[in-house]
Amino acid sequence: MLFVPGSNASWLSTVHVYGADTVMFDLEDSVALREKDTARILVREALMSPIWKDVEVCVRVNAIDTPFFRPDLEAIVPAGVAIVRLPMVRDADMVRELDRVLTEIEEKCGREVGSTKCMAAVESASGVVNAVQIAKASSRMVAIALAAYDYMIDMHTVRGTAADESELFYARCAVLHAARVAGIPCYDVVYSDVNDEEGFLREIGIIKRLGFDGKSLVNPRQIEPLHNAYAPTEAEVDRAKRVIEAADKAEAEGLGVVSLDGKMVDAPIVASAYRTVRLAELSGTRR
Amino acid sequence: MRIVRAAVAGSLESSDALVKVAPNDELEVDIQSTVMGQYGDAITTVVNETLEKLGVTEGFVSVDDKGALDFAIRARVQGAVFRGSDEQPDWSRL
Repeated sequence: MLFVPGSNASWLSTVHVYGADTVMFDLEDSVALREKDTARILVREALMSPIWKDVEVCVRVNAIDTPFFRPDLEAIVPAGVAIVRLPMVRDADMVRELDRVLTEIEEKCGREVGSTKCMAAVESASGVVNAVQIAKASSRMVAIALAAYDYMIDMHTVRGTAADESELFYARCAVLHAARVAGIPCYDVVYSDVNDEEGFLREIGIIKRLGFDGKSLVNPRQIEPLHNAYAPTEAEVDRAKRVIEAADKAEAEGLGVVSLDGKMVDAPIVASAYRTVRLAELSGTRR
Repeated sequence: MRIVRAAVAGSLESSDALVKVAPNDELEVDIQSTVMGQYGDAITTVVNETLEKLGVTEGFVSVDDKGALDFAIRARVQGAVFRGSDEQPDWSRL
């Protein structure tokens, strides 16, 4: 999920070519206060531009307790935004309020009620503690994300140099568990030093092991390394295809138990095999 | 929509446009572009259509285009006009 400053016409005109799974037009932190009004208009027009019609676009609006929140939504919802990312979500009431405002605007502009989806960004201790309720607060919720900068301040710590990134361990696990309870994807924090590929890859290793579905990105250069790290190996894809074949064969023969190479294959392994093959279709195999 | 004060939106960066508006008794539009030769007619059409949708019938409008796509030109014209007006955007008209 690649962040693009909503005030930057050049980026909004070119970034679709880099192959991010989702592009996020930002109206919040990357936009100066004096440009909030024109960034909102630029993002609205970009959403309606044919260059973005085949790309999943999300818009990060300004926080719910700012004067920009409502005008942001009034501009982008009629323009057809697919997903709204709400920053600084501390509790489920904030998601419910977003849901209520979206419903009001959808009804007013004639858009199908519920068609605007949401993701919540958790950036505080309260948000982490309330993550399960946040993730389940609305049927519009399609993802939850952790954001580190404000969370670090809230926790009186800093992003350190520890290789295991232990300062984020609890938050990552809590938000990830909330996502799994709600049945939605979970996205990790940005890695802002775009020149530190070694550190970026180390962080991807950590979040992939934990189970994150992806990561927020700040530069197109980070897309390929992230895709590659998440792509399965050829051996993993071959094994997954054999598992699926064995499962299909067992089903056709009416067998309750699937076995492969003399070992029993149970349902979660079959589900994981389908996920591996799907991932390979989307990202290819690992270099 | 009535332009009541001078206002600016956009930038002179590549793929963007700088649009200035100011009060004037009649509608005057001046367009400069780095791609005027190839896309001048299209840019003029986008600017005029945007002003028409906004209901701007008088004022001075200057567009300095640096190769912006249609959506960016539309956005910068709207941005400058809204900043130069006392009216709130009516998204249903745009």
